[in-house]
Amino acid sequence: MSNLTAAQRVKLARDPGRPGTLDFVHHLFTDIFVCQGDRLGREDPSIYGAIARFHGKPVTVIGHRKGRNFEENMKCNFGMPSPEGYRKEQRLLRQAEKFGRPVITFVDTPGAYPGLEAEAGGQGEAIASSLALMSSLTVPVVTVVIGEGGSGGALALAVGNRIIMLENAIYSVLSPEGFASILWKDAARADEAASIMKLTAADLLRLGVVDQVIPEPEGGAHVDPRPVYEAVDKAIARALSQLGKEKDLAAHRYQKFRAMGAVREERDT
Amino acid sequence: MQPLFRSRRDRLDRLRRQREDAVKAAAQHSDLPAGGSQTCPGCGRECQNQDLVKTEYVCPHCGYHLPIGAYLRLSLLLDPFTFQELWPELTAPNALEFPGYEQKLTAQREKTALSDAAVVATGKLDGRQAVFAVLDSRFFMGSMGVAVGEKITRGVEYAQKHKLPLVIFSASGGARMQEGILSLMQMAKTSAAIERFSEAGGLYISVFTHPTTGGVTASFASLGDITLAEPGALIGFAGPRVIQQTIGQELPEGFQRSEYLEEHGFVDQIVPRRQMRQVLSQLLFLHRKGVMHR
Repeated sequence: MSNLTAAQRVKLARDPGRPGTLDFVHHLFTDIFVCQGDRLGREDPSIYGAIARFHGKPVTVIGHRKGRNFEENMKCNFGMPSPEGYRKEQRLLRQAEKFGRPVITFVDTPGAYPGLEAEAGGQGEAIASSLALMSSLTVPVVTVVIGEGGSGGALALAVGNRIIMLENAIYSVLSPEGFASILWKDAARADEAASIMKLTAADLLRLGVVDQVIPEPEGGAHVDPRPVYEAVDKAIARALSQLGKEKDLAAHRYQKFRAMGAVREERDT
Repeated sequence: MQPLFRSRRDRLDRLRRQREDAVKAAAQHSDLPAGGSQTCPGCGRECQNQDLVKTEYVCPHCGYHLPIGAYLRLSLLLDPFTFQELWPELTAPNALEFPGYEQKLTAQREKTALSDAAVVATGKLDGRQAVFAVLDSRFFMGSMGVAVGEKITRGVEYAQKHKLPLVIFSASGGARMQEGILSLMQMAKTSAAIERFSEAGGLYISVFTHPTTGGVTASFASLGDITLAEPGALIGFAGPRVIQQTIGQELPEGFQRSEYLEEHGFVDQIVPRRQMRQVLSQLLFLHRKGVMHR
């Protein structure tokens, strides 16, 4: 793997030319049927949903969508979902469970939208419900962190049995800017924040938050995406085949997240 | 003042003594000094501490609900002599090796006599046994790191195992920044535990208190069968300052307060502190036959 600083990887993860959810979907899946709408009154394009075939088998695909040009960026709110997006996700998760389809998710968001209407619509409740529902599915769930994994808005698509992450993707509790602004009241110290936040794929692999890291070519995935698509394809296929042997996938997922974060309670050491 | 602890044992012994004192003090409703007064953040008027003890720390002038600590909260709810704290010694290491975090934790423990921001206990309310978890906003703003996530999860699992109803009082600034990604993972962990408990037929009553934001709002606090809130509590996912910076306009009066959430359909009822015990009692009895029948 290349020797970049955390701050350099943050820049790569946000590069507008970096392959997004739609690029992965079109290279990895066939027979794609796009599903829209939360059935409660709105369609949120910042969360993409589809039924498609992966290696010939039907799956449900869900991913954050940032858009490719300014017009699309505006439509997708730069990849920041509203509660309606998470409720669409929940609808598609229930459907995947009903029809026994594996779920593949692609994570690429700066975070859930911090706006007035999003709050009025219950952003917190929407994310919480996605977490709860995703944790309880009995079908396999494979998550790929492809770009920015920003906070609860990312996690709401990432309660997977397997978490795969691209080498230059990032995944963190908050953006480095937000982190610096909360801790030091100075968003300009974002690079410094990035260096201590443990947000790189290598850090997260070490912490047990992700299971596998996909290497990227020198300069990032957008320089030569083809080998990255191939590696992600292989990783998902392998994960699905391994998870096929698990008897209780909900229990498997529960135990996986249950084990995150060590504690101590002895009275002395 | 003793500047540093000689060992972990010293520190924990001292913590335990402090905690026992806090429980005793809370049981007598005197977390605050008996004399003196403080300014109400709601109306700005002076409140005598001796009056606040009687009003359960609700401003006698304007009804503002002052934030209260976890032990005091429990002492207001539980039947006498039924309080039994679970996993009081549980803490989390500085897994991300965040600079200066241990020193900050030590300072917070000294100040509050808490081991971390959550207290989990079992006890009786009007004779009904239940599991109670309370976040304490005095400790790192009630933020959820690994210790809080683990205690909440264990509390849920304990309630499921012993077929008990679960009541959680939230007060939190969200995720514990110093524990980074591991804090974020506690959202998934606690939500998964609540979901399992729910599937098993368990009753979970969630109570929002001032303030509850971020990762706690976006996980277990929003997953109650019944959702209550204290009056005037700030409840939201994003904090008001972040929203204001994002949208670049003034926020409407009362935005993200309990009453706003009630209006938008995210809270069953707003319950004043002095009626909380009675309402919880009613709910526990209404679910007497319904809890864990599956």
